[in-house]
Amino acid sequence: MKQHDETMLLATPFHSRIAKACEINQWDEWKGYTTPNAYTEVEQEYFAIRNSTGVFDLTPMMKYRIQGPDAENFLNRLVTRDIRKIKLGRVGYAVWCDEAGQVMDDGTIFHLGDNDYRLCAYTRVMDWLMWSAMGFDVSIVDETAEVAALAVQGPTSCSVLRSMGLEGIHNLKPFGLTDYPFGSGQLMVSRTGFTGDLGYELWVEPQNAEDLWDKLFSAGENLGIRPIGGAALEMARIEAGFLQAGVDFVPSEEAVRPGRSRSPFELGLDWLVSFDKPIFTGRKALRKEKELGSRYKFVYLDVEGNKPAEHSFILKGGKEIGTVTSAAWCPTAKSNIAFAQVESKYGKIGELLIAEIYYQRELQWTRVLANCRVIEGPIFNPPRRRQTPAPMF
Amino acid sequence: MTNVQSLYDVIIVGGGHNGLVCANYLAKSGRKVLILEANESLGGAATTREFADNYSISGCAHWLFQLSPKVASDLGLAKHGLKLAARNLNSIALAEDGNHITMKGDGVEGGGLSEKDQHAYQRFNYQMLKFSKLLAVAFERRAPKLLDNNLTDRMTLAKLGLGMKMLGKENMRDLLRLALINIYDVMEENFDNELLKAAICVDGVMGSYMGPRSPNTVFGYLYRRLGDVYGFKGPAVVEGGMGALGNALATSAMDRGVDIQTKARVGKINLSLDKVTGVTLTTGEDFRAKIVVSNADPKSTLEKLVGFKNLETGVVRRVSNIRMRGSAAKLHLALNGMPNFGGLTESQKGQRLLIAPSMNYIEQAFNSAKYGEYSIAPVLDISIPSVHDPNLAPAGAHVLSAIVQYAPHDLKGGWDSAREPFKNLVIERINQYAPGIKEQIVQSELLTPEDLEGEFNMTGGHWHHGEISLDQIMMMRPFPGASQYATSVSGLFLCGAGAHPGGGVMGLAGKNAAKEIIKWGKAA
Repeated sequence: MKQHDETMLLATPFHSRIAKACEINQWDEWKGYTTPNAYTEVEQEYFAIRNSTGVFDLTPMMKYRIQGPDAENFLNRLVTRDIRKIKLGRVGYAVWCDEAGQVMDDGTIFHLGDNDYRLCAYTRVMDWLMWSAMGFDVSIVDETAEVAALAVQGPTSCSVLRSMGLEGIHNLKPFGLTDYPFGSGQLMVSRTGFTGDLGYELWVEPQNAEDLWDKLFSAGENLGIRPIGGAALEMARIEAGFLQAGVDFVPSEEAVRPGRSRSPFELGLDWLVSFDKPIFTGRKALRKEKELGSRYKFVYLDVEGNKPAEHSFILKGGKEIGTVTSAAWCPTAKSNIAFAQVESKYGKIGELLIAEIYYQRELQWTRVLANCRVIEGPIFNPPRRRQTPAPMF
Repeated sequence: MTNVQSLYDVIIVGGGHNGLVCANYLAKSGRKVLILEANESLGGAATTREFADNYSISGCAHWLFQLSPKVASDLGLAKHGLKLAARNLNSIALAEDGNHITMKGDGVEGGGLSEKDQHAYQRFNYQMLKFSKLLAVAFERRAPKLLDNNLTDRMTLAKLGLGMKMLGKENMRDLLRLALINIYDVMEENFDNELLKAAICVDGVMGSYMGPRSPNTVFGYLYRRLGDVYGFKGPAVVEGGMGALGNALATSAMDRGVDIQTKARVGKINLSLDKVTGVTLTTGEDFRAKIVVSNADPKSTLEKLVGFKNLETGVVRRVSNIRMRGSAAKLHLALNGMPNFGGLTESQKGQRLLIAPSMNYIEQAFNSAKYGEYSIAPVLDISIPSVHDPNLAPAGAHVLSAIVQYAPHDLKGGWDSAREPFKNLVIERINQYAPGIKEQIVQSELLTPEDLEGEFNMTGGHWHHGEISLDQIMMMRPFPGASQYATSVSGLFLCGAGAHPGGGVMGLAGKNAAKEIIKWGKAA
């Protein structure tokens, strides 16, 4: 690995391939890595996710390996959900909180073996993991740089993997895990993703990364495979209703101003909080919140018109009751979607609210008061996402 | 062996003096209380130890100088056998040439002190007592929470604020300035005589992991001087050793119907999720109660008995960060006669004797501890209680007890091979002031902080169950977020020196805790 003073940003093990594919040479920084914002045209990349297959390099995602006799107990104390329900060979979504019951981050937990887990997170969380490990017999290793990862997402993704030679991959259930020998090592495949579509995530040793990329793209040649950047993924995840740390909530350790962090209840993640399991960090505060009520409610809004309600105020009866955290025009669902946080007494399903949208055309700002309705859940939710065996093309 | 009993309202883990005080008040309020003590004797650090045939000594704390008079009278300790063999003793700073300085309640003499120093001492003493009195306001009650809008807490804060104001501009300014600097600088400001400066410093660093130049030592001094507010004009000697206080507290508790089991070591505090359900002894015996009060130090309680796994990460972090590194050892000598301290009259030998010739001597002694070594020239606080209480030793013989600083708990290379050389070094040091004492020794023992930890079940061998310093007092004691004696575990309370107001044989932690527990019981 290069020293930090030799390169401002790190390259992922796929970089040689990505740089070649990145026609517009447009890059972003993600946790110290250089990653493409887009390769060609954001819309084309987006439609690859929805109509064929998009490939996204998620190597910079923080990956922590948690092993040892107390690994399960440790994770159960860390996160708010009951980890015992994530069976061997399965993946689960989880959030973890500080003592005040405020969300520090969300992530996925891979149950790799008996008392052997991988935690994937948005934030760097090693310090918190180490503090949380006091009294537990576990080892925690940051393996971010030791595992290269690609998300392969879209209706033809299963077919791509099949034609790459991954026998039986179509039988993998959503949130399932499986392994294949690959080159000098192993290829782990999980049926997970951030697009709300049929899709997989592929995990390999860095030395096999380029080989994986090549095999994948050659297998997908006739199945519309295409590398995608952060911008297209952002559209897909809003359409699919996924929260993004740092956007839809401020990780509590990064929040400077009091009251700016959120609890799982305030993010609509009640289903991730279990009071029937052993002590976890934030439990006391969350119980109290459950009793006394939350400050905010997280809502999905279907906004009238086609102007994305980015950063809009949400009004009710002329009074400001909340703000939008994420918003996008969603091409597949053909609707204008926003995630908003409103005062907890508002936001019942079906309630009509107003989004105060500002947008600019050639230096002129325009204000629109757009009607919006609170909807039950994400609008993009195709059956193929859940079908097993996965549909082939 | 499982013997599930639910006969008690409250179980107290540890029969140290604060546990006994707490039990007394709880029993007084009608609670059925059980005390489980790991050791054979009660009183915790207030204990008497027969370390040689017919020679007994206070095994840990050897002076009584802070016992709350309120606690003593509420519990009728005199009626239950507490007797002082001597009180209002002087502290004598020993000089090798016999030119000692004697500090009395309100004055100082000897050592060729200048009139200026004598005056300065009176002024200093007067001001410090004023400050200590202010401190006492906050010590008689639970530490206030700063954010919760509670009337009791606001009263405490208002009283403190008013007390500060009443000090007057000059004193208030001084308090704010002095509290944050170190005792070394304060001594330099006030006095010329080095022996006097060093002797006062000793009270700022006794029992702590600090040297004269460490911040918080002025607070340490004020804390020590609380005794004066409680009517002690200098230390007292308990007849029968400090264990007699433990016994008086225990008798008084049993009189009130408290059940006490000794040699009953609690191995585990049992929980149902976040609620306490009882305790299990190391023998496997179970006891159930809705309220468990721990007299053990906060680290032992939460790390060993509750277990970090059963607490939220934030609490775990704060508990593991409590500073409690013991650095005081205890030397006990059985002597076949009265030691001959040069320049001391017979009656003076029963006073508190200090060996700390200069502030730099103390600082250098502390330096060793900082780097994991014991002091080559340690600081000593010596008591010869048999002067006042002949029953402690055979006729004509004596016992000597010395607090020895600094002896770090985590000694480089461990204590096993160092205990004997260190003991000999300390004896050698005393011999320089009391020539011939070496030949008078019938038996001797040195208890290192590691031994004290094992003997009295206190983490780090720290007497105060956590350093007494500004970052660990009041609402920050034992750690932020666990004040007012409750813990994050519902029904689990702390009543020991680790809780507000802190260590020293004072009894206030136990008393204040009882008040909160009674209130909690009513609300629950």
